Amino acid sequence: MPKNNLRGVFVNGIFNENPVFRLVLGTCPVIAVTTSAINGAGMGLAATFVLIGSNAVISMLRNFIPGKVRIPAFIVVICTFVTMIQLLMQAYLPSLYEALGIFLPLIVVNCIILARAEAFASKNGLMASIVDGVGMGLGFTLAMVLMGTVRELLGNGTVFGFSLLGASFEPVLLFILAPGGFLAYGLLLGIINAISNKRAASKKHEEVKAA
Amino acid sequence: MRLSEIGIFLFFVNAAFSNNFIFSRFLGNCPYLGVSNKLETATGMGVAVVFVMGIASLFCYLTYEYILVPLGLQYLNTIAFILIIAALVQFVEMFMKKSLQSLYSALGIYLPLITTNCAVLGVTILNMNSGFNLLESVLSGVFGAIGFLLAIVLMAGVRERLESSEIPKAFKGFPISLIIAGFMSVAFMGFSGLVK
Repeated sequence: MPKNNLRGVFVNGIFNENPVFRLVLGTCPVIAVTTSAINGAGMGLAATFVLIGSNAVISMLRNFIPGKVRIPAFIVVICTFVTMIQLLMQAYLPSLYEALGIFLPLIVVNCIILARAEAFASKNGLMASIVDGVGMGLGFTLAMVLMGTVRELLGNGTVFGFSLLGASFEPVLLFILAPGGFLAYGLLLGIINAISNKRAASKKHEEVKAA
Repeated sequence: MRLSEIGIFLFFVNAAFSNNFIFSRFLGNCPYLGVSNKLETATGMGVAVVFVMGIASLFCYLTYEYILVPLGLQYLNTIAFILIIAALVQFVEMFMKKSLQSLYSALGIYLPLITTNCAVLGVTILNMNSGFNLLESVLSGVFGAIGFLLAIVLMAGVRERLESSEIPKAFKGFPISLIIAGFMSVAFMGFSGLVK
């Protein structure tokens, strides 16, 4: 990817290579913490912070880290940022810290972050890496909020705590329990695949017509 | 949920079924979805995870209890644990490359990825949070991993059958696997009230 194409890098993370719905990486928090939209957003933003920080540092260090020990080196960098956000959240957002629980330290082993370090930050300049971190992080956050919204709406009748469906709505409790995470993710993934397949097909159709 | 209170059998049921890593704790989904195409590789991956999780629980407990706590460095637990796990995985990989060549080539890329299997780091942090002693930590690591092995082998069995069934194009691969996992998770909810 050329360095000057920062906009492309940014959009890439949100749509074409959305970590949750396209690359299907880092699925554990997607299923576990999206029982409400606000938790999804909190997790997404925490991961975004770590992504931007680790991408920036790894990009700056990319010429100093020997190839053979790069993975442990990346993990230490990522871990530093995770510990930072963990301590910050514990101090300033204790309720969200409780809600995210073990998944906050587990951002360390979220495949998206290591994958971006390996595939992008270790090969590109500082600016591009930061933009990639922002794009990927926002893509992840959007996907988490989408999952959280769908599950909260179906399972509790609310979105971000506001009641939308009225008192007569009987919540499908299953959707905020464990199985609902898998089901909602599978269905959303299928729907998104169907839409993009259709788009690709119509694009091909137009190309054939034009030729 | 201490070992001394509920005995070893219920401790096993609790770690492997009631709090199954995949279905109720949502840890280790990446290998669960990624390596469950074939029964053989799924079993290999599961066994590797049992091995790594057992040893990781042991070493992380010792490090936390005898190095981090005396020095007052508890906040470094995540960094310490992940480095221990990374080193252990490296060791398992070298061992497999030497003596279990066929399994090594079958597991391919996923072996180094055990490092980023959140179930492994997850169990060490959960052990620490629940204040388990040495025996409880190791047992909860091994038993939890057996639950993971069970989940991934079951999934591989289902997915081998899926190969020959007709699925809408958009749902092939990950989406249908996730939906199946959802139904399996419903079944595993039945274990949830078993250990009080």
